[in-house]
Amino acid sequence: MFDFREKPGQLIDAHGQDTERKGFFTDTSICIGCKACEVACKEWNQVPMEGNLELLESSYDNTGGLGANTWRHVAFIEQDEEQIEKARDSGQKLISLGMPSIGAPETREKDTAKHIGMPEFGSPGTRIKEKVDNPPNPDTPEFRWLMSSDVCKHCTFAGCLDVCPTGALYRTEYGTVVVQDDICNGCGTCVAGCPFGVIERRDTGTIHTKPDRVDSRYAMDVKHEGTANKCTLCYDRLVDDQVPACAQTCPTTSIKFGNQSEMVESAVERVTTMHAQGSTEARLYGANTNDGVGGIGSVFLLLDEPEVYGLPPDPQVPTKDLPQMYKKVGIAAAGMLAAAATAFVGARKK
Amino acid sequence: MTLSDFDSYRPAHEGRRKKKRNRPPGNGRRRGGGGGDGAREMSMVDDVEFSDSYYGRPIVKPPPWDWKISAYLFAGGVAGGSGMLAAGADAAGLEKLRRNTRLTALGATIGGTGFLILDLGRPERFLHMMRTFKVSSPMNIGTWILSGFGTAAGVVAAIEVDRITGEKLPLGPLRTILHWVEKPTGAVAALFGAPLASYTGALLADTAVPTWNAARDNLSYLFVSSAAMASSGVAMITTPTEQTRPARVLATAGAAADLYFAEKLTEPMHPAEAEPLQTGRAGKKLRWAKGLTIAGGIGAALLGRNRIAAIASGAALATASALTRMAVLEAGIDSTKDPRHVVEPQKARLEARRAQGIVDDSITTVG
Repeated sequence: MFDFREKPGQLIDAHGQDTERKGFFTDTSICIGCKACEVACKEWNQVPMEGNLELLESSYDNTGGLGANTWRHVAFIEQDEEQIEKARDSGQKLISLGMPSIGAPETREKDTAKHIGMPEFGSPGTRIKEKVDNPPNPDTPEFRWLMSSDVCKHCTFAGCLDVCPTGALYRTEYGTVVVQDDICNGCGTCVAGCPFGVIERRDTGTIHTKPDRVDSRYAMDVKHEGTANKCTLCYDRLVDDQVPACAQTCPTTSIKFGNQSEMVESAVERVTTMHAQGSTEARLYGANTNDGVGGIGSVFLLLDEPEVYGLPPDPQVPTKDLPQMYKKVGIAAAGMLAAAATAFVGARKK
Repeated sequence: MTLSDFDSYRPAHEGRRKKKRNRPPGNGRRRGGGGGDGAREMSMVDDVEFSDSYYGRPIVKPPPWDWKISAYLFAGGVAGGSGMLAAGADAAGLEKLRRNTRLTALGATIGGTGFLILDLGRPERFLHMMRTFKVSSPMNIGTWILSGFGTAAGVVAAIEVDRITGEKLPLGPLRTILHWVEKPTGAVAALFGAPLASYTGALLADTAVPTWNAARDNLSYLFVSSAAMASSGVAMITTPTEQTRPARVLATAGAAADLYFAEKLTEPMHPAEAEPLQTGRAGKKLRWAKGLTIAGGIGAALLGRNRIAAIASGAALATASALTRMAVLEAGIDSTKDPRHVVEPQKARLEARRAQGIVDDSITTVG
């Protein structure tokens, strides 16, 4: 009956804008873990440093996770034979769930020797083109790397935006979700409202590293302290018809940027190709408009279950159940009033 | 074995292994049963949960809320319940109860609002909450309820202060108007007091925090029960027994309802969502709260006519309410620390839907 969830398009329709919903498609199968996206994001958005340059002992990931001071985060996962098998099986299970059929996938040959350094013939140009078209697979049957650049999902039904009490979080004309840093009062409700653990209040963070002290001419203050911060999908670049910093810098086109509908299309195309090549572990994350958050703006192609990458397996926007919660609030309030009134029955002082 | 001159600067090998177990903060349960130095017994099953989470790191983030929000939840409950008791006392002609509950209501509102503002990242922007009216945000609605209640409670409390001081407040002609609006304003405070005590259930439940969200069916009920017993308990402390009979009735009813809904809270939950309420710091507080609620409830019902027993029972009930609020807040925060509380219930509900034949609503698809 009631639905308090805000969604992209409402604003665009209301204001008669002709912009399209923008989004990312992060194809983790071609991510090389260079972290250029993290660096580009930090530089362009002047995001302060998090932590104290510690090594986190989690493969090459010393960033940790998304937060107020980390708007792109590259995950590194090292998997052995058993985990690779498990990923392929879970992917195969997804395929056989009665979803659109793409034909029986062939099993990829375990012998990848021909991809990893056997002599090839032809001109250098042909060889390079051959390598670009059929990138060598560094994985062995016993070991593989998973690398994935995580980012704000810019959800269709955005929990953070719905629960924001000040209206600091808003839906842009590009269908993205952005914080107005001069409005946010740092109440922190959005932090709890995000099912992906993306948005965070900036309570810490530094700009000055040791060799770059306050007296340096590059010195600057930490911006927007005490307010919620997250990826803006480079709103300031979008209004100038530019590509977000991370997508622009990505050397392997693992991070693609464009109209959200086209991103979903290319994601579907890519996962179909990978299945045809026998990579049953490939699956899409966030491409379904029917899921708990109505689909997301930043679609991912993953090679294992989402929780392996630190993503929730079945996120739901909490606001979906808000009408029922308000009903309970009303019943509880009425019950309390009734109880208090009953307590005073016959209490009139003589 | 030294491969390079710089290897002599390396820490001892054992230390490196040890550090591996010393994972970044907020990582939840430890892996393995080792004592940390590698010399003691090693776990035979190592890193079993690794494949189900990303280095055991949290998936959802806890809101930056601490004891100040627990204190606000408690104070809001006391304020709302006191507003109701004051309106009842006004109607029943119980003057001392009316005066004390009105003053309690205003005091708790000021205190609670103070805690709420202090907890903001930018306290000076508190009023930004009121630049909009936004139904989808319980925090926003709550601020409007709090403001409505605070205004009404402030007016009637001002009248009481004026009476106590023998009409010495510089009110001038305003005094006549205030006395004229006294009863309706008291009723408004009671009406706003009810949602003030119950909206916090939606505030916590309307989040992605596993334990709070899973508590959505009963949290508002638990919170009004807790508010009823806390506000009645405070009234039993502040007011002589001949005027607190209604407060004792409400206290007993509140305590009974509190016990019922505290049990019912975990009923619809997945075990991984209920666990933070049953174990650890929150579980301990809830067990104390249960004991104090039983003791205070029985005391209010049977011994309430004795002034000392009334004060003790009232204090027990108020403490139990404060502990309950703290426990619920902490259980939620704790449930975000281990990704297991997020992953297990979500996988279970996804599987349950698939078992029912619903396969079109997963965030993970294959094309």
